[in-house]
Amino acid sequence: MTIQFVLLVNKQGQTRLAKYTDQSLSVEERRALEGEIVRKCLARSEKQCSFTQHRNFKVVYRRYASLFFLVGIDNEENELAILEFIHCLVETLDRYFSNVCELDLMFNLEMAHFIVDEMLMNGCIVDTNKQNILAPIQLLEKAA
Amino acid sequence: MSVRLRELIRSVRQCKTAAEERNVIAKESAALRNAFQEQDVTYRHRNVAKLMYIHMLGYPTHFGQMETLKLIAATGFAEKRMGYLGLMILLDERQEVLMLVTNSLKNDLNARNQYIVGLALCALGNICSAEMARDLTPELERLLQSSNSYIRKKSALCCTRVIRKVPDAVEAFQDAAAKLLLDRHHGVLLTGVTLMLEICAVEPAAVDAYRRQVPSLCKILRSLLMSGFAPEHDVSGITDPFLQIQVLRLMRVLGAGSASASDAMSDILAQVATNTEGTRNAGNAILYECVQTIMGVESSGGLRVLAINILGRFLANKDNNMRYVALNILARVVSVDLQAVQRHRSTVVDCVKDADVSIRRRALDLVYALVNEGNIQALTKELLDYLKVADAEFKPDLTAKIAALVQRFAPDKRWHFDSLLQVMTQAGGDVKEEVWRAFIVLLTNAPELHAYAARSLFRSLRDNLASAEISLLATATWYIGEYGELLVRGGALLEGEQALSVGAAEVVGLLEAVLQRPALQPQCRNYLLTALMKLSTRFPDQADRIKALLAQHRCSAQLESQARAVEYGQIFQYGELRTQLLEHMPPLDAAAYARTVAASGTLNSAPAALAPTNGNVVKDLLSLDDDDDTTTTPSAQASFADDLLGLSAGPAAAPGGTAAPAASPLDLLSLLDDPAPVASTSASGAQQQLDLFGLGDTPAPAAAAASDPLADFGFGAPAPAAAPAFPPITVFDKDGVRVGFAFTKTPGQPALTDITATFTNSGAAPVTGFSLQAAVPKFMQLKLDPASGATLAPMGAGNATQQLHVNNSMHGQKPLVMRLRIAYTLGLEAKLEQVEVKNFPAGL
Repeated sequence: MTIQFVLLVNKQGQTRLAKYTDQSLSVEERRALEGEIVRKCLARSEKQCSFTQHRNFKVVYRRYASLFFLVGIDNEENELAILEFIHCLVETLDRYFSNVCELDLMFNLEMAHFIVDEMLMNGCIVDTNKQNILAPIQLLEKAA
Repeated sequence: MSVRLRELIRSVRQCKTAAEERNVIAKESAALRNAFQEQDVTYRHRNVAKLMYIHMLGYPTHFGQMETLKLIAATGFAEKRMGYLGLMILLDERQEVLMLVTNSLKNDLNARNQYIVGLALCALGNICSAEMARDLTPELERLLQSSNSYIRKKSALCCTRVIRKVPDAVEAFQDAAAKLLLDRHHGVLLTGVTLMLEICAVEPAAVDAYRRQVPSLCKILRSLLMSGFAPEHDVSGITDPFLQIQVLRLMRVLGAGSASASDAMSDILAQVATNTEGTRNAGNAILYECVQTIMGVESSGGLRVLAINILGRFLANKDNNMRYVALNILARVVSVDLQAVQRHRSTVVDCVKDADVSIRRRALDLVYALVNEGNIQALTKELLDYLKVADAEFKPDLTAKIAALVQRFAPDKRWHFDSLLQVMTQAGGDVKEEVWRAFIVLLTNAPELHAYAARSLFRSLRDNLASAEISLLATATWYIGEYGELLVRGGALLEGEQALSVGAAEVVGLLEAVLQRPALQPQCRNYLLTALMKLSTRFPDQADRIKALLAQHRCSAQLESQARAVEYGQIFQYGELRTQLLEHMPPLDAAAYARTVAASGTLNSAPAALAPTNGNVVKDLLSLDDDDDTTTTPSAQASFADDLLGLSAGPAAAPGGTAAPAASPLDLLSLLDDPAPVASTSASGAQQQLDLFGLGDTPAPAAAAASDPLADFGFGAPAPAAAPAFPPITVFDKDGVRVGFAFTKTPGQPALTDITATFTNSGAAPVTGFSLQAAVPKFMQLKLDPASGATLAPMGAGNATQQLHVNNSMHGQKPLVMRLRIAYTLGLEAKLEQVEVKNFPAGL
């Protein structure tokens, strides 16, 4: 019941953020995997369901404008809850960057990582309360 | 001086081609290397940030790993934070560098600042190795009871990783985890429940102990259900769905197999199922989990009905996500409560035709689980109808499932035949070889269907001449060859069947037309040649035409086809004998076939010296090969039918007197021992030819052919025939990896032996890096040729050979001995084995 990876990929298939719990993949394999999954998800229409099987992962994805949020899970995980988690992640990013866009994430990659790390650890959800998540991150900004 | 991160990103973005991007990255990597060498401290954390960016793009960054460690050891929070992030992204637990960080982690876990502790916990939880886990368990135990909720929630998740790495650590955390349930902070509750779930998974005994916590779990759920609007935890009107889901999941683990625990949670489960609103995704996620829990624990009938009703609602939902998860649960429930699932059968069957491939797959899995003797006909019809329109990506799955269902539940043979024929006509390329081989076995055992099957197959082949794929081609070809005369003779029609009137010329014409198809697989061509040969006795008036057809292939570039054409051409010279040779096959033993398939790994790779069992009978339905057994052993009777043409005809090999001509095997040998026509195959052509007809009194060149159950035409391969005196031996057999030795003597030089070592892999995983080294005592000399390959494909699909040349200077006084060192990698595991070979045949 763990999340194997979280990926943010744009429509062109460029990875904007990648977080893997599954450490069995090498850098090249990860890159290939990202390309394959995005192609698969792009081919699916709005009406089709948000889940697709890829290799031995089940991929839950959600599209926000030009960005795909992809989460790879095993068979035990609750797919609908993951969809909700993606939304929670997006809302958190949105609150931090106020109207988040692809460029924000690109140029503030480490911030995006810090936020994800506050929400997710070793494939399990740490917290979903936006205030709790952002408190340590914003605290540092005030100090700096 | 390196550029800023922002500029790096910008210049990467401006790259128009991948080559340009590589260039930019290479330049930047070089600059970074310089900076690292110069111990640049001011920009260290910026440099690590760049490394992460480069890593994300998929370029190597190992040269910067040490920098992350230096950052972690720094005192500033910003540096530390970047250092830990770099650690988690750039390194993984396999790298030894990681050991160096243990000390810094220990320091940071003891830090006074909660956020520094949080960073260390996060890194530990994401990448710690077993050693680190062991070293830092005491710190974790303490932190789990910290007064700070931020630290508690992170250490709880950190523990999940630790116990996964070191299962013994469960003891240290088992009670502390249960205490977390009393917390008021939702993050701590969520991670605490996650930790308990993990402990239950690692240590099943903990489940019993945790059953006592069921009331607290119920209390948590109840307070979540009852609480009013709580802005910080609200997700579309529902309070903390993530926590609810996790609690429900733990309840499922605790309730399974315990009536009392299930009873204690039934009220709250019913409340969740009825009170959760199913209009938004968050609510449905909870209902989804709740239904699974209800079906997973020992709940009462009423509760189950409630759950099934929710499922029905999901299934009827327009939203595809909902239908997907509904199918998902049904697939899980099907083994528990078949009736509940049967009720939704028609909806499920509709889902197989959905436009969405994810849903189709799920539905197909479910249909597969739903089929039984009672509904097989209706469901298969649906699936067959769908097969016609299914897209290419989906067909292999569907075909395999239909074939498996038909084989398992077919109510009668005719229906079985009709269904499989339809599958083969529509998706012939996806039908697996073992399926159509089993199909032929079935048909030979159903004499009442022979005429019908011949007619149907003839029709299908004729109507799909251009598109028929290998399964249909092979089955129809074999069948027409075997029972061609039934087509012409007519015979009683089965109910509902249309009459078919064809002449002998038409039958041969059809096979000829197939033979002329461009890009015909060589395998099929060989089957066709054999079928034509059989037809030459079924239709005497077509014999000349067939002879001419066969003659066309005497110069075929395919060795196997050439050999067949030439050999069959020879058989034409023996008129009387030919008829007997080409008699009908006796029915094949279906039970033995099933055994063979099940044991194909072991049986077919068994040394040739082993007596063949009846299982060998159908290994080669369509071919002449009997290369891995010896027909002159006492069990020749069994291997008799190895040869569909009935060419093996030793007196011992004549059960029921089917095909055996009165002639003694010696006669036959001398008849066929005409070296001229196959001089091209190999120097020992004549010798091999004997083997072909199952009469060779030598063990076949097993080394080359014994391993592959489907290597139908081993006899065409230019494998050297072993000298009769020395049977091949197996010198090593472990993990499915087998090394066999076959021996060849150079005439006139008794001291010299050429050994062909054959490496096969009958296991499921590929073997790589295979190497064989050999050592011999002083009185022998050994020369090793390079091996033909170092990789052995699984299931005996690819062999490698290696030649060893041995000179025994004490020939006749001392036997051969050899010590072998065999190295290979199986999966990820490198193996090194040593064996001493003393069982060389005497006289080498």
